[in-house]
Amino acid sequence: MTQATNNATPKDNTALLSVNQVSKTFPGVRALNEVSLELYPGKVTALIGENGAGKSTLVKVLTGIYQPDGGDIALAGKKTTFKTAHEAAMAGITAIHQETVLFDELSVAENIYLGNAPRNSFGLINHAAMKAGAVDLLHRVNADIHPDTPLRELGIANKHLVAVARALSVDSQVVIMDEPTAALSLKEIHELYELIEQLKSEGKAILFISHKFDEIFAIADHYAVYRDGEMVGSGDISDTSQEQLVQLMVGRPVDQVFPARTSSAGEEVLRVEGYSHQTEFADIGFTLKRGEILGFYGLVGAGRTEVMQSLFGITKPASGRIHIDGQGVTIRSPAQAISHGIVYVPEDRGHQGTIKNTPIFHNVTLPSIRATLKGHLLNKRAELTLTRTFTERLELRAAALDQNVDKLSGGNQQKVVISKWLATNPKVIILDEPTKGIDIGSKAAVHHFTAELAAKGMAVILISSEIPEIIGMSDRTIVMRDGRICAELDKPKMTPEALVQAAAGIESAA
Amino acid sequence: MIKRILTSRELLLAAAIAGLIALIATKFPGFIAPENLINAFNDTSPLIILALGQMIVILTRCIDLSVAANLALTGMIVAMINTQLPWVPVPVLIAIAVAFGTVMGMINGLLTWKLDIPPIVVTLGTMTIYRGIIFLLSEGQWINAHEMSDSFKAFPRQTIFNLPVLSWFAIIITLLLFILVTRTPLGRAFYAVGGNPNAAVYAGIDVGKTQFMAFTVCGALAGLTGYLWVSRYAVAYVDIAGGFELDVVAACVIGGISIAGGIGSVIGAFLGAIFLGVIKNALPVIGISPFAQLAISGAAIVLAVMFNARAGRKQGRLILKREDSGT
Repeated sequence: MTQATNNATPKDNTALLSVNQVSKTFPGVRALNEVSLELYPGKVTALIGENGAGKSTLVKVLTGIYQPDGGDIALAGKKTTFKTAHEAAMAGITAIHQETVLFDELSVAENIYLGNAPRNSFGLINHAAMKAGAVDLLHRVNADIHPDTPLRELGIANKHLVAVARALSVDSQVVIMDEPTAALSLKEIHELYELIEQLKSEGKAILFISHKFDEIFAIADHYAVYRDGEMVGSGDISDTSQEQLVQLMVGRPVDQVFPARTSSAGEEVLRVEGYSHQTEFADIGFTLKRGEILGFYGLVGAGRTEVMQSLFGITKPASGRIHIDGQGVTIRSPAQAISHGIVYVPEDRGHQGTIKNTPIFHNVTLPSIRATLKGHLLNKRAELTLTRTFTERLELRAAALDQNVDKLSGGNQQKVVISKWLATNPKVIILDEPTKGIDIGSKAAVHHFTAELAAKGMAVILISSEIPEIIGMSDRTIVMRDGRICAELDKPKMTPEALVQAAAGIESAA
Repeated sequence: MIKRILTSRELLLAAAIAGLIALIATKFPGFIAPENLINAFNDTSPLIILALGQMIVILTRCIDLSVAANLALTGMIVAMINTQLPWVPVPVLIAIAVAFGTVMGMINGLLTWKLDIPPIVVTLGTMTIYRGIIFLLSEGQWINAHEMSDSFKAFPRQTIFNLPVLSWFAIIITLLLFILVTRTPLGRAFYAVGGNPNAAVYAGIDVGKTQFMAFTVCGALAGLTGYLWVSRYAVAYVDIAGGFELDVVAACVIGGISIAGGIGSVIGAFLGAIFLGVIKNALPVIGISPFAQLAISGAAIVLAVMFNARAGRKQGRLILKREDSGT
């Protein structure tokens, strides 16, 4: 349901691109639910929402990567469908991503004209025309780049310029910028603003996706706020305020029930001090007690995962001290982390979680295999016993424990992964986005189990980008921004507004 | 357990081999005479041993193209020791062969692990290096049968229960590898590393070290085969077993070992080698020209790969509810 709080459609302009009631469902997740969006020529529309609100899905629908299940897209008043990314590009929609999807080994001119190069009378690529065209386009975007330069030699800001030049080469009318400033310096951001002004003056419709409110207020004309796959508000940027946008982003109805917990924090198990990495994070310090759930909140790319992977020995830390049960330890490999009682349940289930094509019990016993040995050999009965202990507690639904793990649903695969870590008998368990992309029922099971672990004295670190999950589950929350801890909030101070403001770097609004 | 050993793939391959032998026997009954079958198995034994070593390397998403060069170099080394110092007993020579093979495998493994060079490049390089070293050692000379001691040549030919020692080696290695792969943490790690290296890292498995171990075992088996090969054929020179590494990889592929890693079984590799061995032994019997033999062997490999690709194709996600999903 779309409950637009402010439906200020500019009357002097008709929409160049309008998205009407578009829905997109993935197995177990409704990513977009009848969302709408309108883009006007010569205007910048900011698309705002938490991680998982559906922004990326919408971009993929607009660029032909996903096909919507329902609703329609109209370009200049004509209904269209994009079956492929190429069709969307030819229709005049170009997306510029955080990490540009260009080709490092090709030259700037080749990147601009890839798939659309000028041909000579033999049907071969006309290099002279291509180069001349590239010079012209680069000039239009004020880029001081030679068209023969290999793309890999350019910085991100210049790659963005190449991407924009590419958009101009196909005469794109709609330019989507998906967090274009994420890796730019302040000076480069200002150059980008100038470029956006130029595109506006050429009558392009721009969709600008950003988490940074200062940018949104600096360049956007309109806004649309998405939450949980629905549009919850839209209007003119001049009629709104940061506080109002934050409210729209986070103010959701309470539709999830979290297990009731009484905080029973015991003695300290983990203390991290001055933990720094050359490029990824700095001055990370926190403590964790037995029975405590410590939330880690932040925008994607704030450095939460990097800190935890370093703690787990996946990446080598630069400096800092780690104490476990008061003892200073060094962790150089996951095997050492596991032996010190730290386990890490990674976010990407398919990529980092299960071993495909192997039975469930092989997956569960993998890190604790030595505990099941009889002599020097594996023992299937011991492995099954260990596996069953944990899969039963987690209510894993599987026909048999030697069934292939690939046959399980996403939620059940997640339970296999969690069982795997519990079987190592850890002191500290780090859960990285444990409920991302799984259905509500499995989510509730994971939440209950997390609470149960804490109640049994395990210390839990919960990385989550879902505000209700962070608030519903954690005793304390650390907010990270740009690789540093920017706030530590105790239970009473953990409000959605406080979390979002800390994560986005808004100076404490009243 | 039995079900795991004889998953349908291995059963199918076994049936194909039986069918092939039966087909040949209808035209040439002499082919299934016990002594001929023993002969064929004995001929295939080096391939079996090498295929098993290659299998664990492939399980970890690597490949070892240097196995035949490793075999030739260790073979040359033990043959030279034998001609210079004929009194060195055969068991010591075997230990030396295994030791040299192991070192060569470790070199492959270290280059892959520590320098992060793709295994196909590493072993393509070491393959050439090992062959080059044979040339340097032997100065291009052959070591012929009359230069080798009698005990050196006789050992693999001795029979125990009517089966030559060479064949016994293949059987014992198969059993040992079966235990290694199915019953030890290292064997489990081979599958984990090949099946999902990222997940293996999180489970505390050192991916590079596991691959190093696979290369080491593969090298040791190649070294062992070096002695067996040179003593059986009673000749050592630069080019022995030239191109044999491709037969070894082919045996693995026919046996259902996934080149993408993580999938395969000892029984599969064993049967893959037997399948290739039967074809290579039967074609001359049937009287097919050596040129057509190569083409037919090649066709068998391509067919096996096509079959594997079909079998490996996903059925799709299990979304529909099914009462009897698995047992």
